[in-house]
Amino acid sequence: MPPIISRGFRGRREDAPPGRVPPGQYVTRDFPVLSAGPTPHTPLQRWDFTISGEVDEPRRWTWDEFRALASEQITVDIHCVTKWSKLDTMWQGVRIDTLLEGIETSAEYTVAFSDGGYTTNVPLEDLTGGKAWVAFSYDDEPLQPVHGGPARMLVPHLYFWKSAKWVRGLRLTAADEPGFWETNGYHNYGDPWREQRYWGD
Amino acid sequence: MEGTTVLGRLTWQPADATGVVAETPRAKTIAFDVPGWAGHRAGQHLDVRLTAEDGYQAERSYSIASAPDGTRIELTVVRIADGEVSPYLTDDLHPGDQIELRGPVGGYFVWEPPLGGPLLLVAGGSGVAPLMAMIRLRAAAGSDVDTRLLLSSRGWNDIIYREELERLNGNGLTVVHTLTMSQPPGWAGYARRVDAEMLAEVGPSPAERPLVYICGPTPFVEAAAQALVHLGHQPEAIKTERFGPTGS
Amino acid sequence: MDELMLDGNAVAGMLTEVFAVEMTTAIVTCGNCGTSGAVGAMHVFRGAGIVMRCPNCDNAVAKIVIDGTRMWMNFTGMQTLEITR
Repeated sequence: MPPIISRGFRGRREDAPPGRVPPGQYVTRDFPVLSAGPTPHTPLQRWDFTISGEVDEPRRWTWDEFRALASEQITVDIHCVTKWSKLDTMWQGVRIDTLLEGIETSAEYTVAFSDGGYTTNVPLEDLTGGKAWVAFSYDDEPLQPVHGGPARMLVPHLYFWKSAKWVRGLRLTAADEPGFWETNGYHNYGDPWREQRYWGD
Repeated sequence: MEGTTVLGRLTWQPADATGVVAETPRAKTIAFDVPGWAGHRAGQHLDVRLTAEDGYQAERSYSIASAPDGTRIELTVVRIADGEVSPYLTDDLHPGDQIELRGPVGGYFVWEPPLGGPLLLVAGGSGVAPLMAMIRLRAAAGSDVDTRLLLSSRGWNDIIYREELERLNGNGLTVVHTLTMSQPPGWAGYARRVDAEMLAEVGPSPAERPLVYICGPTPFVEAAAQALVHLGHQPEAIKTERFGPTGS
Repeated sequence: MDELMLDGNAVAGMLTEVFAVEMTTAIVTCGNCGTSGAVGAMHVFRGAGIVMRCPNCDNAVAKIVIDGTRMWMNFTGMQTLEITR
């Protein structure tokens, strides 16, 4: 039975320049907070970021070491699978390319893992070539815990569940290992422009 | 009483708005007629779904504020500025308009007279809605079970159902207000957030084994529940319903 | 305390639609810590999908993803779900 239309209901949707927004998305000026679990509060003295898995030697950065790496400002649109898009979001972050400098691997896949147990899988080539960052600042402020601070993944060309909040590292893997949502209905790759939201899309 | 009914497929059904009443500057009670409504229990909620002409949808949950009354139900909606659903319900919805709802839902957060008391009802803002359904059912059933409502509101004019609660006060029901942001001149009542001391003063003692129902924004519910456990109330006797940060 | 956290009451409508019995009083036994509690008392988070977590140890006892017509549910974090028929 088709849903009943409620006369006059529009919801809070902003207009956007045509072609700017992927299919099925609505623009918002808010920054909705969506979370798979409670906000972790790892003290910066205990925080580290590691790259492990299919590498000769795991790499590890403390917070200070991480913040000493070259970073850049990025302005991107972000697209959440729950249908909201936010345009021109401004971040500061370290390119994944920078973190991978000097690392040799035959791995083609990665798993980003976070405090609280969240994981998400992204092909290695989707994190390199300037396509992804570990972001520590949003809108000129330190990244708030509810938005993934102290640091989160930023992979704007994929749906935003791939931009893991509270990220603590990347595991480089030979085989693709679907993560927290990819094992439970969400699309394994997640390209918003091909509307790859769910299994079978 | 603990919800053993097999419900059949619970799914979306149409509801016709029949009336809108302003409760406070920000809150309105909307009455609906729901064809085929099989009734509900005090404390239950339902899910509301709105669909725009282009197919865009939004869903929210609202507690049923009215006591069971045939196919008629009432929801009390607090208007959140910038909200997606509440401004539509409080500003745009007219009698005759239709929404979809799914329910009633919930057997965990319900009260009916055979469960007895004493009752301690703790409400933060619009969290009073499901507790009001319990209070209205209690009145309709002629129950005089010891019932204490501790209602936290921002100010005197933000108290939802204020006049009806004044009328129902008595016959075993005690209504206590705390006004957290502003108080009228001469106010002698509580003027702070609910805390353990207030709950100890207002509520039955743990030894009286009250049934406790707490409803409101998540931080409010968490604080009140923890305070009651620290005062010695059994966790199993405390039922909670969290609304999330904005309380609606 | 997470402001955004809800409880099992928030997802009761959706679960009751599927299971066709009252769900807020269904009892979850956590597969991680063994604590049992009503669905209505579980902690619920809304991320890309819905996650239900044990109030005692935060273990994800259920994950639910919905598109228009399909619903994916994972209960591997639960030892048992007890309903009353």
